[in-house]
Amino acid sequence: MAINPDLAGRSYPAAEPYLVGREKVREFARAVKASNAAHYDLEAAGELGYREVVAPPTFAIIVAQRADARLIADEDAGIDFTRVVHADQRFTHHRPIVAGDELIAELHVDSVRGMGAGAMITTRAEISTTDGEEVATTKSSIIVRGEE
Amino acid sequence: MSVSLEELEVGRQIGEVTIEVTRADLVKYAGASGDFNPIHWNERFAESVELPGVIAHGMFTMGAAVQLVVDWAGDPAAVVDYQTRFTKPVPVEDTDEGPGAEIEVTGIIGAVDHDNSTARVDLTVTSGGQKVLVKAQAVVRL
Repeated sequence: MAINPDLAGRSYPAAEPYLVGREKVREFARAVKASNAAHYDLEAAGELGYREVVAPPTFAIIVAQRADARLIADEDAGIDFTRVVHADQRFTHHRPIVAGDELIAELHVDSVRGMGAGAMITTRAEISTTDGEEVATTKSSIIVRGEE
Repeated sequence: MSVSLEELEVGRQIGEVTIEVTRADLVKYAGASGDFNPIHWNERFAESVELPGVIAHGMFTMGAAVQLVVDWAGDPAAVVDYQTRFTKPVPVEDTDEGPGAEIEVTGIIGAVDHDNSTARVDLTVTSGGQKVLVKAQAVVRL
């Protein structure tokens, strides 16, 4: 399988919305060993000025990776998932993510660089609410290792 | 907010922490994040793709390492930007008791931006003496 060189510049429109659940915020917070009470307790979140429990700084990866999965599943892209390595990741938050948010992600393929027999692919997910409010921008590079 | 921008000096350490990781932690992270890649829970599969064994999700390490910054800032949403490169995998051993890996995290103030009221925290993240995250930087609004 070879990476499609014309992938750069392609974008995938937002698919089904992701509803941020209170228990999912708690579960994800426990999974990254977060101790801040605002992830778990409504009152503690309220004291910091939030209407609901607040997501940890990397929570948006759930939404971003669902968007990435659409690129990886696109047969025309030529990406073999078993040869993918995560190279770098960035989150830029435009406003906090809290339980109750209904999020959508538009995925952009920013660049594709050949690396030997493989390639490095950089994608960007623009995450917003279904009402059009900007929430976060995530950037991620994956290396697809070439076949020896 | 417990931290004031005026008191911050570039180069000052904000803290350090050791994160103990077990195989159960990787299963929990897989479930919480939806990332069920078998390299994070299946030894045979991990070895078949030339890994030293089951490794932690890079996003587990990234997500756990930033907790030092969240605890320091006192507000999870104060972290407005967070990035890293993943350089080395974190192998997690299958143990009967005790951790299968340890991740050491240290944070120092890398920059202070008075105009935007933000500080950049640079994290050093190692496991088994190897740097596992590089250019791990969190920008915190204070």
